[in-house]
Amino acid sequence: MTTLTDPPKGAFRPSMLLYDSRYRSLTLQAIAAIVLGLCFLYLYSNVAANLRAAGLNISYDFLGNTAGYDINQTLIDYSSQSSNWRAAVVGILNTLLVAFLACVTATIFGVLAGVLRLSPNWLVRKLMAFYVEIFRNIPVLIWIIIIFTIMTAVLPAPSAFRGENPDSTMLFDLAAFTNRGVYIPGPYFTRGFGAEGNGALNWLLVIAVLLGSLFGTRAVTASANAKQAATGLRPNTLWVNLGIWFVPIIVVLFALGLTWDYPALKGFNFQGGLKVGGPLIALWFALSIYTGAFIAENVRAGIQAVSKGQTEAAAALGLRPRRVMGLVVLPQALRVIIPPLISQYLNITKNSSLAIAVGYADITATLGGITLNQTGRAIECVLLLMLFYLTISLLISAFMNVYNNNMKLKER
Amino acid sequence: MKKTIIFSALTVAGFAAGAAAAGTLDDVKARGKLNCGVVTGLAGFGAPNADGRWEGFDVDLCRAVAAAVLGDGDAVEFVPTTAKTRFTALASGEIDMLARNTTWTFSRDVDLKFTFVGVNYYDGQGFMAPKALGVSSAKDLDGATVCIQTGTTTELNLADFFRTNNISYEPVPIETNAEAQQQYLAGACDVYTTDASGLASSRATFENPGDHILLPEIISKEPLGPLVRHGDDEWGDVVRWTLNALIAAEELGVTSANVGEIGNSTNNPEIKRLLGTEGTLGEMMGVDADWAAKAIAVGGNYGEIFAKNIGEETPIGLARGLNAQWTNGGLMYAPPFR
Repeated sequence: MTTLTDPPKGAFRPSMLLYDSRYRSLTLQAIAAIVLGLCFLYLYSNVAANLRAAGLNISYDFLGNTAGYDINQTLIDYSSQSSNWRAAVVGILNTLLVAFLACVTATIFGVLAGVLRLSPNWLVRKLMAFYVEIFRNIPVLIWIIIIFTIMTAVLPAPSAFRGENPDSTMLFDLAAFTNRGVYIPGPYFTRGFGAEGNGALNWLLVIAVLLGSLFGTRAVTASANAKQAATGLRPNTLWVNLGIWFVPIIVVLFALGLTWDYPALKGFNFQGGLKVGGPLIALWFALSIYTGAFIAENVRAGIQAVSKGQTEAAAALGLRPRRVMGLVVLPQALRVIIPPLISQYLNITKNSSLAIAVGYADITATLGGITLNQTGRAIECVLLLMLFYLTISLLISAFMNVYNNNMKLKER
Repeated sequence: MKKTIIFSALTVAGFAAGAAAAGTLDDVKARGKLNCGVVTGLAGFGAPNADGRWEGFDVDLCRAVAAAVLGDGDAVEFVPTTAKTRFTALASGEIDMLARNTTWTFSRDVDLKFTFVGVNYYDGQGFMAPKALGVSSAKDLDGATVCIQTGTTTELNLADFFRTNNISYEPVPIETNAEAQQQYLAGACDVYTTDASGLASSRATFENPGDHILLPEIISKEPLGPLVRHGDDEWGDVVRWTLNALIAAEELGVTSANVGEIGNSTNNPEIKRLLGTEGTLGEMMGVDADWAAKAIAVGGNYGEIFAKNIGEETPIGLARGLNAQWTNGGLMYAPPFR
């Protein structure tokens, strides 16, 4: 496209919108925007007119009505008398929980498999290639169902733990693995805040103390680094760090009166303790290994993008292979790995909507499933679902892009 | 399935308005085929047999309506719907009628804008449990894990039942009947709850039906019946009176065996009007004069359809109970044909 160095003087004529390259692109974009706007307007008026003709209207009043159904996994208080809105929030929290857990484990699986796929060991290399190809090329829904089916078929039902000589016994009398989920001892506080010591305030306090310890140890490490840089002698920080980690948290837990609630077979199910439901485990594990296979390929690509000379130079300095990987190769590879990793985190969050296949009560199952069916408000529910997934995806994307900007090569 | 919901949700209104304006009866006649929504598979009520031909109690109603309108009981396109997709399928015009153990409730009728044309099966929600569990009453189920088909009225009844009796339970929501059976048999839930007829149907397909008992409590009223969209009364009349014709036929002694000649040989004027040998009932409704005769000829009258698909002679083994004719102490009662 040519641009004139000395634009001709003269009045603006309408024909220039089409024939002058300075204005033509603007004209075309304006036309495209108007056409797009008209399309949306048509779609909206069509939906509105047809809804009117069918005697329906768009209304979100149903969110305040009583939900009337129960949910098997609730992170906040919920009963069948709660509102549809609360049921939706329960679903949102469940979605976020499984997405967060799966993102963490998928990253671990992915990095391990990606690094091992480049291992000099033939067997390890081929095993990892096998894992990646198998899991990447079969749809995640099928993995979710396979894992859930295996879980329910292989693990014993709670009734197998009953009787004088039960078919199954609890592990060390602490944990029970059943086809309804895993029951483990649950902590609670006898002197804590809130009813029966289960208030969220207790856990916020514990998290705050742990965060304080984290910053404390970082400060200690920083001062040790400064001292080493100044004098060449590194002070021993191990005992100080251990103290900072353990003393405050033990004091706080003792003050709150930490005790454990053990699961025990009562009636039909195990009661007490913490229950990690079978659907959550199946969904979490399936999403992790499936997405882990994709992340493994990202990691492999990232590592291979780092020049071989870097590895050789590091080895020439006498570093062991593990330190070469950890100190030289992976930090540089991260710049290639992080951008596609963002997409994988988005995929995990969106794929968690397959939860209904195993009866996990995520947002698609509560708001987009039962609430939608019981109220018949399909358009409203689906719009809310779209809004939720869009918001979550954009948030993940934003956070990961901030991280990416910190990690990427800074050119000055 | 997810796609269907979203897609239909977005296009729901577009089709609904078009279909309502044109008249479903004319649409069906022009198409030469009835689109009938059925279950994805529930033995006795609606399931494809070994040859892929749909059979069952609800399926026979679809065939009867097709015969009444088009004169051919096979002119039906069966559209399998899940509990979650059924209403969207009907509202969007994907199907002309829904014959799929669907409970007639106030909100579905009034708020979702559907018209229930009648009841073809009076049911109630029950519980099935393994005998080994040693439970004899649903009130003993405190703390039990309950498998439940999600998106149905059973979900709400269950919550109400446990709340009224002040006992707790853990729901395991399942999408289809087949999955629920699998989970129940694997012991992932202690009891399975759905309409008592559905439980009987499921139990019939188990390897050892004798190992499972149906608990005595029936915790709800579930009048199941066919439904159509609001606002198309002519079409609603066709489905309603086809169902009534099948019920009346049993009461009047018209069967698939004698439907061919009884119209001429009988002295009973109501039979004559029903079968079109007298009066103009078919003409009033916009179908052939012998519409009811054709509908009855396909699968028989209501009693025959019941006996053939879910009656005591079948593996499902349901007694007539509430579904007997009113003359036999049941609730089946067709308004007069005059």
